[in-house]
Amino acid sequence: MRRALLFFLAVLLVAGLVACGGTQQAETQAPEEARPFRIAVVMPSAINDMAFSQSMYEALVKLQQEMGGPDKLEFVYSENMYVVDDAAAAIRDYASQGYDLIIAHGSQYGSSLQEIAPDFPNTSFAWGTTVDTFAEQGIDNVFAYEARSEQGGYVNGVMAAMLSQSGVIGVVGPIETGDAKLYIDGFKAGVMATNPNAQVNVNYIGSFSDVALAAEAAKTHIEAGADVLTGTAQMVVGAVGVAKDHGVLWFGTQADQSSLAPDIVVANQVYDWTVALKPMVENIQNGVRGGEAYSLTLANGGLTIQYNPQFDLPAEVKDAAEATIQGIVNGDIQIPVGGE
Amino acid sequence: MGDWGHILLGVLASGIRLATPYLYAGIGETLGQRSGVLNLGVEGQMLLGAFAAFYVTYRTGNVLGGLLAAALVGLLMGLAMAFVSVNLQAEQGISGIGFYLFGLGLSDLLFQKLLGTVDSVRGVPDAVIPGLSDLPVLGELLFRHNWMVYGAYALVPLAWFVLNKTPWGLMIKAAGENPHAADSLGVSVARVRYATVTLGGVLSAIGGASLSVGLLKIFQQNMTSGLGFIAVALVYFGGWRPVGVLLGALLFSLVNALQLWVQVLGLPIPADFAVMAPYVLTIVVLVIVVQRARPPAALARPFERE
Amino acid sequence: MSTRWQQRGRDMLYPLAAAGLAFLMAAGVLAALGASPLQAYAALVKGAFGSRNALAETLVKATPLLLVGLGICIAFRGQVINIGGEGQMIVGALLATALGLAFPHWPGWVMIPLAMLVAMMGGAVWGGIPGVLKAYYNVNEILSTIMMNAIAVQLMNYLLRGPMIDPVQAQRASQIPQTAALAAAYRLPRWVPTRLHLGALLAVVLAVVVYFLLWRTGWGYRIRAVGHNPHAARYAGIPVKRYTVLALVLSGAFAGLAGMVQVYGVNYRMITDGSATGFTGGAGFNGIVAALLGQLHPLGTIPAAVLFGALLVGANAMQRAVQVPSALVTALNGLVVVFVVSSEYFRRRARKRRLLQQTAASAATAVAPSSPED
Repeated sequence: MRRALLFFLAVLLVAGLVACGGTQQAETQAPEEARPFRIAVVMPSAINDMAFSQSMYEALVKLQQEMGGPDKLEFVYSENMYVVDDAAAAIRDYASQGYDLIIAHGSQYGSSLQEIAPDFPNTSFAWGTTVDTFAEQGIDNVFAYEARSEQGGYVNGVMAAMLSQSGVIGVVGPIETGDAKLYIDGFKAGVMATNPNAQVNVNYIGSFSDVALAAEAAKTHIEAGADVLTGTAQMVVGAVGVAKDHGVLWFGTQADQSSLAPDIVVANQVYDWTVALKPMVENIQNGVRGGEAYSLTLANGGLTIQYNPQFDLPAEVKDAAEATIQGIVNGDIQIPVGGE
Repeated sequence: MGDWGHILLGVLASGIRLATPYLYAGIGETLGQRSGVLNLGVEGQMLLGAFAAFYVTYRTGNVLGGLLAAALVGLLMGLAMAFVSVNLQAEQGISGIGFYLFGLGLSDLLFQKLLGTVDSVRGVPDAVIPGLSDLPVLGELLFRHNWMVYGAYALVPLAWFVLNKTPWGLMIKAAGENPHAADSLGVSVARVRYATVTLGGVLSAIGGASLSVGLLKIFQQNMTSGLGFIAVALVYFGGWRPVGVLLGALLFSLVNALQLWVQVLGLPIPADFAVMAPYVLTIVVLVIVVQRARPPAALARPFERE
Repeated sequence: MSTRWQQRGRDMLYPLAAAGLAFLMAAGVLAALGASPLQAYAALVKGAFGSRNALAETLVKATPLLLVGLGICIAFRGQVINIGGEGQMIVGALLATALGLAFPHWPGWVMIPLAMLVAMMGGAVWGGIPGVLKAYYNVNEILSTIMMNAIAVQLMNYLLRGPMIDPVQAQRASQIPQTAALAAAYRLPRWVPTRLHLGALLAVVLAVVVYFLLWRTGWGYRIRAVGHNPHAARYAGIPVKRYTVLALVLSGAFAGLAGMVQVYGVNYRMITDGSATGFTGGAGFNGIVAALLGQLHPLGTIPAAVLFGALLVGANAMQRAVQVPSALVTALNGLVVVFVVSSEYFRRRARKRRLLQQTAASAATAVAPSSPED
């Protein structure tokens, strides 16, 4: 009896698959005119990570609104693609489905993109964060984008140094590379430029996901005397919670984290990828398929410092921050980053 | 000197806190393994527990309701694991990995669909014990943690007592060491294993809740990030004794707390090596302190009546 | 003979029906999320088998599962539980990559076998340490392999952002933690235009080798004897401890090779996102599942790895096609694993009943049928 039941289920499954294989084929292509611009994006973490992936998702939503809704811009995404070769498979699949632009939102995907892009010469690709479009390798259909996150890091650092009473500031990071390293290097430089006697303690916890360890790292900073904290990547939400519990100030980056702790979040560096996406889309519509690198900077509005309206920021600190932004925009302030 | 004393105090307090989720999950796993069931799905149970507790607390503002929800989710996951390993006699190594993936995925899915974004709750309050919390050193070290920390430590003597001083403990150990003999003496091996595995599920889920509404007061996808697997490892470290699990959890957590200080103090050690330290030391300590304990004889072996 | 194959075919129905049941349950969730389950599952099947490229992707995914699974077959036969595949893959890959980058101008036919050897040695050491600890210090291998995984990840992160970083990246501000690309001559041959590489074939060949190793050699016999009953093995004069170590060393070697194949066959360089899965794709764990579903038989692990690979590849394709959260895919994979492993019970019961019937039928001739297993 039971065997018969199981057999029945197996048959049911197979039959179902065959049946829907049929419906799949019955689908017809949309008419060619009035076809929306189609973007596919592959992201390493979740679209609600309050960090890197969320910033891209929000940019696409915003771009869609600005371009006139789903009729003008259609986008699909694959999130949590932290397995690099799964991401490669996704990129190739999207490419073969004829998307106009495929965004590989993670510097770990560059190597795959370099391999896939030449196979789809009529499709545009983009990846970040980097400046490398592989033009040197003779590839002409890849855009690159990056966030100069050291700029907002520097501004945050200036404010942090002014707000810190103890002169000790703590930083929680994932691993010492990429966007996290840029932000933290910029932040340190900003603190030091404002208060050379300040002490910036940096803690890389070796993980992008260990929220508990990020929280404990924040506690350690507080024990070590820190009264201002910052951090980057999706696991820092744990650290924000600790800062809130201890009434210690917090500076955010990548996305606006004010909602997590309205009392203690001072300001966030927020990424607006539409600044890179818009010219990319325009270029593609004008027949340019790649070869350009875009940077989000304070100057072009790709990076903004969003002050938390619920935090009572002293006027002189805000003035200093605005002056710093001006200095970075007009080139008076150079931020040393990179290299070992 | 005062500085070093301060750091030592910080490390100890950190270690005591960090050990909390390992204790809940580890003690639960100890009971299961003592009765002969290896549950590798602890991490999945923790994640679902963490989400359930957070979600209910977030919606109702009632932490106790949240903890109850976590316990309920843990109960269901535990029952499922018990059914699969006791009734269906499935290979426990694999079914555990399956339950882990299920919990990882489902907690993330619910998080995305029901909450949508990272948010925070007030969570379990910190203890304020008149007199004790204000003691100079001990107050900070011992008497200002959130209540779930104390729950975790209270479990250790409780589990010890149950295992060693009650007939239940005897039945659990008999089911894990010699199920056939236990069966012939009229002990229902299946019922014992159901009880321990389900209780294990509840404790793991509470362990997850101790993160989401206890220590961190937020929920983020995959927030346990491997902690459940470490908890399983600590059961082996502890030689299947609650006190051993406690020592293991404390050792691991203290070294983890210490490595955070290594970085904060700016010692010239690459961060990656500092992060490695608790894992390396856990092994090293076991090598130095030669283990005599051996696993329950029927561990991971389904029981079938002859 | 034909009845035996019929029986094998019937045996396959159980896991398939179980997987079907898991899919049915997930269908409810899909519908609740506003996606058509039929369309979703059509995309899954199409994504795993529907085209030459899909099939190739499935096999690419199955390759590390099979290699790790082969090692698991050896370890579990020796009664050691190796859940350190992730770490062993990483260490094997690190050594092989370092070798390939250090000597970029050798002929491919020299470097590739050498890199394989080095990777297997790396994995063997990473598996051998828990082996020695288990045999001589009574440190349980579940504990040590979990810890060794975490250690390997941090080692990888250190090397890829420090000593082994791509010189190009070292000069950039962003410093992507990846190595330089391997020389083109070192890439495993591919079935162009797909990503299917020689490593897949190698894994199948090795499955046969492991089969012979376990059932046709003295080593294999002694590993199995130790696993079956260590006391009896000791009594029979087998150095039990040494064979425990050997089981983990061999198991690690296969995982190490899986790591090398991912670099030389798929990515051509090592990249880290800070986690183990970013590089291994979870093959160190999923290989265990593949091996156990393959009844811990090297040849049975081949179809098990392919089917599991198909599930992983197809589920990702499904996510893309119907745009459900990837979390659902993870949960579905878990559900399938639980259901399939539970279906084993019904298969065993049916087999037992069949044997009883056969025994009853052939009682007159008094010839007991031999078990087809082992």
